[in-house]
Amino acid sequence: MIKVENLTKIFGTKRAVDGVSFTVGRGEVLGFLGPNGAGKSTTMRMLTGFLPPSSGKVTVGGYDLAEHPIPAKRLLGYLPESAPAYTDMTVYGFLDFAAEIRGLRGDAKKSAINRVVDLCFLKSVLHQNVDTLSKGYRHRTCFAQSIIHDPDILVLDEPTDGLDPNQKHEIRQLIRKMGETKAIIFSTHILEEVDAVCTRAMIIDRGKMVANGTPEELRRKSEWAGAVTLRVHGVAATAVQEKLNHLRAAKKIMTATNGNRVTVTVFPRTAGDGDLTREVIEATNGWQVEELRTEEGRLDEVFRSMTMPDTAGKEAKP
Amino acid sequence: MNGPGIIKTIAKRELLAYFSSPVAYVFIVIFLLLNGFFTFMVGGFFERGEASLANSFFMWQPWFYLFLVPAVGMRLWAEERRVGTLELLLTMPIAPWEAIVGKFIASWLFLGLALLLTFPVVLTVNYLGSPDNGVIFAAYVGSWLMAGAYLAVSCITSAITRSQVVSFIISVVACLFLILAGFPPVINLLQSLTNNWQWLVDVITSFSVITHFEGFQKGVLDSRDIIFFLSVIGFSLFTTSVILRTHRTS
Repeated sequence: MIKVENLTKIFGTKRAVDGVSFTVGRGEVLGFLGPNGAGKSTTMRMLTGFLPPSSGKVTVGGYDLAEHPIPAKRLLGYLPESAPAYTDMTVYGFLDFAAEIRGLRGDAKKSAINRVVDLCFLKSVLHQNVDTLSKGYRHRTCFAQSIIHDPDILVLDEPTDGLDPNQKHEIRQLIRKMGETKAIIFSTHILEEVDAVCTRAMIIDRGKMVANGTPEELRRKSEWAGAVTLRVHGVAATAVQEKLNHLRAAKKIMTATNGNRVTVTVFPRTAGDGDLTREVIEATNGWQVEELRTEEGRLDEVFRSMTMPDTAGKEAKP
Repeated sequence: MNGPGIIKTIAKRELLAYFSSPVAYVFIVIFLLLNGFFTFMVGGFFERGEASLANSFFMWQPWFYLFLVPAVGMRLWAEERRVGTLELLLTMPIAPWEAIVGKFIASWLFLGLALLLTFPVVLTVNYLGSPDNGVIFAAYVGSWLMAGAYLAVSCITSAITRSQVVSFIISVVACLFLILAGFPPVINLLQSLTNNWQWLVDVITSFSVITHFEGFQKGVLDSRDIIFFLSVIGFSLFTTSVILRTHRTS
């Protein structure tokens, strides 16, 4: 549905977005991750046709965004980062305007407004002026605007920003449900959201794409992926260390002692083949094991290692 | 949706926005008060004893517009940029020129409405004497066109900045140039400065709204004057679109 090739944006001497390419198809929810200032919003502004790219190409539903902006924009719904809305209108007036500019008239317009008012829980503030709304309501009003024409492609810049936990949950449910039939790109810096909503995640740092895969694939890049944690009772910490350190599949171990209980985490050399778990189980033969589990890997740790300048092993740009 | 439909939708929203805030009412009241005061007190409508509005009513309008039109136009783009709705508007399936024209038309209609509300003056002069209503009609058309030219200049200054105050000041200065270029004391000064190079003085004065408004006040609908105002509007709106595009590319 949406295809991005080598997208680059240069502001003065700064390359805000540098050669980003990806595609998102129907039924996919792409989570766009990155630290502040990594180029997430700039990328989204280029995807929606607000900013023209310095180079590269965006194709939306088969239309080149630069050459045929209007048919391409018809397929898009967009929630900008600041969730702007006309402050001098009521919520209803604003949605009515959004529906009309999308070409909806009469009954189609009315039912579209009713649909998004229900989806975004706006009934109670429908006739209130936008500038009197709380942040959460304003955010949902702008979100409602982005889905009023039931677009095939949704671009959402931090859709859950500023919402309370219940609202966050509702919006995530909504995104996941809509993601079954649409192509959705949303940016966030909340990592749980990636697990809760995304079918695929992309990490961008200083304008460059540093990772792209399913949440599981990304997690597997973590050194925690496939690590085995176990808690044993009545064995000396040194004995545990001695034995587990010599396992073939183990890279390093981490121990913590609490009374005569020892908790130890063994990190694998290669993630995901199950060798380590087997070896650990063999090694613990005869010990009193109270707990044993295999870690799935941690997204936050992957995120950090890919976006921190010192551990990512990349050159700092001038 | 086609162009006219989009322009109508945008213009409708803009007009509603004027009337949902006090701006519209304050503007209309002040405009009417100023008109009444200058026509009857300063312009000496009764003392003149003329069955005409040219010297008592219409002659003040270039000066009222100088301050009032930038006040109407200053929010057009500055506010969109400040609140961030520009991002919303320009990612909708519309061409930027449709938004520019739609917003301009809304403000222009609003100014037209304020101008129409001065109708009691026309009734008064018709009650007291028998003026040439054709002349009055032509002067109204001219006045509205002149307001449109000021407004289009305000569109440019509004697109330059996100501050309404800055937009207002720059556009007052720009409109002041449009007036002064045809103001007799300035013309005399130009003549002495340029050693009576009449062609240069003519070029400069031809940019003045006053020169072009004079014809309308006499009841002459000269196509050159109409074209002048329309081309100021067209050029200014085009400049606005260039400025809006430059903001996004740089």
